[in-house]
Amino acid sequence: MATLTSTAGQAISPDNSKKRRRPQDRPAIWRWVILLIAGVYFVVPLYAALRFAGLSGFKDVFTTAGFGSSLWLSIRLAAVTWIVSMLLMIPTTVYVHLRMPGLRRLLEGVTILPIVIPPVVLIIGVLQVMPLALRASVWLLALEYVVLAMPFAYRALDAGLRAIDVKTLTEAAGSLGAGWLSTMWRVILPNMRTAVTAATILIVALVLGEFTMASLDLKQTFPVWIVLFDQENAQISVAASIFALFVTWVFLMLITVIATRQSRRTGGGEVTLFTVAPQQTIGN
Amino acid sequence: MTAKANETGATAGVYAPPAAASGSPEGTPVSLRNLTRAFGATKALDGMSLDIAPGELVALLGPSGCGKTTALRIVAGFEFADSGEVLVNGKDVSGVPAARRDMGMVFQSYSLFPNMSALDNVGFGLRMRKTAAAQRRSKAAELLDMVGLSAQAAQYPHQLSGGQQQRVALARALAIEPHVLLLDEPLSALDAKVRLQLREQIRTLQQRLGTTTIFVTHDQEEALSMADRVGVMRDGRLEQVADPSELYSRPATAFVAEFVGTMNRLPGELAGPGTVTVLGVSCAVIGHGGHGGAGSPPIEDGLTSGPVDVLVRPEGLTVAAAEGGNGIVSGRTFLGAITRVAVLLSGDTEVRVDLASAAALAIPPGTSVQVGLPPTPVLVARRQQ
Repeated sequence: MATLTSTAGQAISPDNSKKRRRPQDRPAIWRWVILLIAGVYFVVPLYAALRFAGLSGFKDVFTTAGFGSSLWLSIRLAAVTWIVSMLLMIPTTVYVHLRMPGLRRLLEGVTILPIVIPPVVLIIGVLQVMPLALRASVWLLALEYVVLAMPFAYRALDAGLRAIDVKTLTEAAGSLGAGWLSTMWRVILPNMRTAVTAATILIVALVLGEFTMASLDLKQTFPVWIVLFDQENAQISVAASIFALFVTWVFLMLITVIATRQSRRTGGGEVTLFTVAPQQTIGN
Repeated sequence: MTAKANETGATAGVYAPPAAASGSPEGTPVSLRNLTRAFGATKALDGMSLDIAPGELVALLGPSGCGKTTALRIVAGFEFADSGEVLVNGKDVSGVPAARRDMGMVFQSYSLFPNMSALDNVGFGLRMRKTAAAQRRSKAAELLDMVGLSAQAAQYPHQLSGGQQQRVALARALAIEPHVLLLDEPLSALDAKVRLQLREQIRTLQQRLGTTTIFVTHDQEEALSMADRVGVMRDGRLEQVADPSELYSRPATAFVAEFVGTMNRLPGELAGPGTVTVLGVSCAVIGHGGHGGAGSPPIEDGLTSGPVDVLVRPEGLTVAAAEGGNGIVSGRTFLGAITRVAVLLSGDTEVRVDLASAAALAIPPGTSVQVGLPPTPVLVARRQQ
């Protein structure tokens, strides 16, 4: 960013004042302005919510009926969605990278469909065709979330695989006597940790905040409960959503910190959403 | 074998390995029989056959796309031949998956497992063979010591330099005591100095362990300096398999002659079988069975008389200052002990002649010189258009 803005700063002469400002001073100012605007945009509603909820809202939220059960349901849904997504997407991406690299573009197109198609359309379609037994189960929602999370999971895993030389690593493991399972377990997966973490963060964040599908599926997940309870006691409802925000944030930070520590040990970089630092080598 | 090891061990000078080494000292014979492999319309291998003696290091040399890597990958089990067979110890391994072939491979790109330390990388193959942990560790440590990297045992690949990574990869490949060691351009990603050191180290180790080795490279210097025999490949076939000195002095085809080392092409006239007139003198021609590959101009074979190109190495020509000689010095390249002198002959033919640097000083560019042929026989090829 620094280079980008500094060239812009050089092109446009700073101002008419006698003392010419050095070009790199300008972006610094703009950086703060942008940060301030963004900060106001995010902090003001949060502050307003905090004021509105008040201390009493936070005191009561944990004892309110439905809070615990809905949060617990959301957490379980996140866990199941994560497990199914990983079981489905990791072998798929690895296989496509190894054996059918030509299909990568197609897969990219297919996996983006859940973003293009509105969740309302997806869930109504699913509910139309599903047998009643499945429709009654909460786990149907997890399967729907797997579809919803696919674009994010696929992209994160794909980026991770691009950062390592899957083909050579697989062949090296093979020549040393490793079968398909050992290669996956001992060589490919450990080197995909960063990507898997990124996918996990995205899936968890998505499931903990999803409202449309859950409400149309008539399941009381945490976000659904917040909206429903809002009609009864808006203060507690707002306190609950701030609490949810906080829990999600702590959880994501935890995953990021742990993953970054692991990644650093083997030469990777910081783990953030979508960023997968390639392995680095020093000189010759 | 011990004598051999002592002979070359001094050059590497990195380690003094214990006498009890791994590997099968007697080596394993390997035969490639009539291998063919096509990718769409491209024939990567077109009936390639090669017999490799136990403990021998054979280099497959050729330009990119000549099929050398495909051949190696077929031996490794990563590719499959359309027809033909690979015999290891007399047994066809075509149906055996790569994981059960017991072949150690070092790849062109860095292939160490990033999540494992150098020691664990080397021990990986033994782990897959369910070797007990203590034994595995001591064996891996022994091999790391052999490649001179004991101090780096606990380091991860990203903490190692490229040369160190390839040495760990070599130790890893040798740890499983492979029947065959396969080297797929393992030095091409390294810088010149490291490449030279590692080249000697690989060769010394290979000779000491007596492991049958196939080494794929496009670098002729690497092939000539390391291999017992070099197979020059072109269009999916072996043009010639010979020891380095024979390959250099008696190339079977013009392709081999010009791919290996530097070669001059001089226009000449084939007077009859065995004699060629070039630069105004008559010369004897090297006799050949003419086993040129498809499309390559076979030397002598098929040529009876008429205009030809005469192939002579830079050290095969003589040059001396002479008023009204047959050429003019057009440039000089100092190469240390020798200097390569470029001479422009009449008819726009430029030849390169190697001279002792002291002698080359006497003929600066612009000097009129007489280029002559040695009394030794020369190679003849079809005239190039």
